[in-house]
Amino acid sequence: MSALTVRDVHKRFGTTDVLKGIDLEMGSGEFTVLVGPSGCGKSTLLNIVAGLERQTSGSIEIGGRVVDDVAPKDRDIAMVFQSYALYPSMTVRQNITFGMECRNVPRAQREDAVGRVAKLLQIEALLDRKPAQLSGGQRQRVAMGRALVRDPLLFLFDEPLSNLDAQLRVEMRMEIKQLHHRLGSTIVYVTHDQIEAMTLATRIAVMRQGVVQQFADPETIYNRPANLFVARFMGAPPMNTLPARLEAGPGGSVAVIGHDATAIRLPAPAEAANWIGRAVMVGIRPECIAEPGRIFGDQPAATMTITAPVEMIEPTGAETIVVIRLGEERALARVSPDLRLHLGETARFAVDTRKICLFDPGTEARIA
Amino acid sequence: MRHGSTCNAGGPRVPETNFTIRRAVVYLVVFLIAAIYLVPLVVVVLNSLRTAEEIAQTSMIGWPIHWAWSNYVTAWLDFCIAQTCTGIRPYMLNSALITIPATLISTLLGAVAGYSVALWRFRGDNWIYGIVTLGIFLPQQMRLIPWTIVLRDIGLTNTLTGLVMIHTIQGLSFTTLFCRNYYVAIPQDLMKAARIDGAGFFRIFWRIVLPLSPPILIVTVIWQFTHIWNEFLYGVTFTTGQQQPITAALIALSAAVADVPQHGVQSAAVMLAALPTLLVYLFGGRYFVRGLTAGAVK
Repeated sequence: MSALTVRDVHKRFGTTDVLKGIDLEMGSGEFTVLVGPSGCGKSTLLNIVAGLERQTSGSIEIGGRVVDDVAPKDRDIAMVFQSYALYPSMTVRQNITFGMECRNVPRAQREDAVGRVAKLLQIEALLDRKPAQLSGGQRQRVAMGRALVRDPLLFLFDEPLSNLDAQLRVEMRMEIKQLHHRLGSTIVYVTHDQIEAMTLATRIAVMRQGVVQQFADPETIYNRPANLFVARFMGAPPMNTLPARLEAGPGGSVAVIGHDATAIRLPAPAEAANWIGRAVMVGIRPECIAEPGRIFGDQPAATMTITAPVEMIEPTGAETIVVIRLGEERALARVSPDLRLHLGETARFAVDTRKICLFDPGTEARIA
Repeated sequence: MRHGSTCNAGGPRVPETNFTIRRAVVYLVVFLIAAIYLVPLVVVVLNSLRTAEEIAQTSMIGWPIHWAWSNYVTAWLDFCIAQTCTGIRPYMLNSALITIPATLISTLLGAVAGYSVALWRFRGDNWIYGIVTLGIFLPQQMRLIPWTIVLRDIGLTNTLTGLVMIHTIQGLSFTTLFCRNYYVAIPQDLMKAARIDGAGFFRIFWRIVLPLSPPILIVTVIWQFTHIWNEFLYGVTFTTGQQQPITAALIALSAAVADVPQHGVQSAAVMLAALPTLLVYLFGGRYFVRGLTAGAVK
């Protein structure tokens, strides 16, 4: 049984199409992340799933039941908001039990539930405080507690970590992941942060302008992006996308970046054979361009060496990001911090050719 | 003043003496304006403590020679207004019976109305809000005839209930405006969370919105109370005799000066009539300023 089915959902505000036919299906226990730039419709979609907004057309099923005409409270969902949305005048305990109060759950049962959730989230000591007396991280926990106490079919998270500082965000991210492992709950999680998407999701839906660009597991999204948008959106720093020409070479097709003697020739995936003689976009992740001598994976033959001028060097400590020139374009490489480079010099780099992607420059879809 | 000195801290030094003189000039001007503003009040307060003879023999402006506290007793208990010698007591009671219910009902209804237009989107919500608040801009005189007809048709002419109704309904324009502008600052996420928790319109109002409301409710109550208490036109138009509120009765009182002008007692009556709003201002004034400037919820 699928936990959530979104079927051809459209949403129009006035003359603006915010969602243009969304189809998604999520299994029970899945952690699905909706990710995309602001304005892509991901939060609108979440609100429609929650029943807080009404879709223009299409339908939503939760746990196999069509819920289009069901009120939010009866959809068996719980939601965590970016602003936490804790009721300011209530204590933490009252915040967590408010839903049960609305559903006339007996007091003893409410107390049991609060105790259980407070223990799980380690907020027992905070139960009698007001939200204003809590730190950002504590508020976040209470907001989660309010959702967990319901034990719903579906959890909805709307950018829950965006208001936290960087360090806390990483901590809470890990906790959410652990909670998901322990409880096996089904989660739909909206974020604009692609790292959150990669680290948390069992499946990611990348959205742009009201359309799902790709719906797949994180590895596929990262290594086999469906189009140039996904390639550039996911990953930090993003994938290098460089115009090239596909030519026939001795051992298969070759993507040629640049023109004259400095042209870089990279072996292209075999599936692209019928693009020989045409322009393509080459996609290559920065971590696939590294210091010479690096062996990628277990196929030494997949590693080739190129030379390229160094235009900028950004040491981050763990690694060094290098801006190099490939043909007429700039590209990013991630090299070992031990590699001593100098601006303006031409240096050698190892390239992992296994993960090269090719895109159609017209439609922007991936060819191979 | 402190603000001025911090501003100068980094800039060119202003000589201390120059600064003190400038400060003195500012204070002087401020005090002068305040004094001019307070003159009528001072005259009334002083006259309320002088006897009629004293005022007649000297002038309207003067320090009391004999402190005539009895003016207040007379004004309150047995001064004759339009041939009824009951003092202003029954009229004060009338005003209280009009002002208190009208203030409470209009504030409560305004809170509910403001809550619904601020936090619940429905078809035509902005139109309804616009029409309700339009009442603020309609001159009182324009509404006299319609109210006359309404009061006559529902049989509430010359009753306190009629005035309560008028002030409640007309107060809604302001109370809705105040509350709505306060409630729009309540985050929509709070509403969404409550809806998912299963709370309906009134439960959200009662359990979430109302506990956040004291600052704006205080402002609204002060505003409504002073306006309704001080209101004169409807009081004098729609009630006569024993049904009049204090503002209307005061006019009758000043007209009832056949023999000797009773400026002392009249002044005392004015002071007593102004006392409730003065007290409201003294005790609630700081909440008023704070409430009007407060960002609602965080």
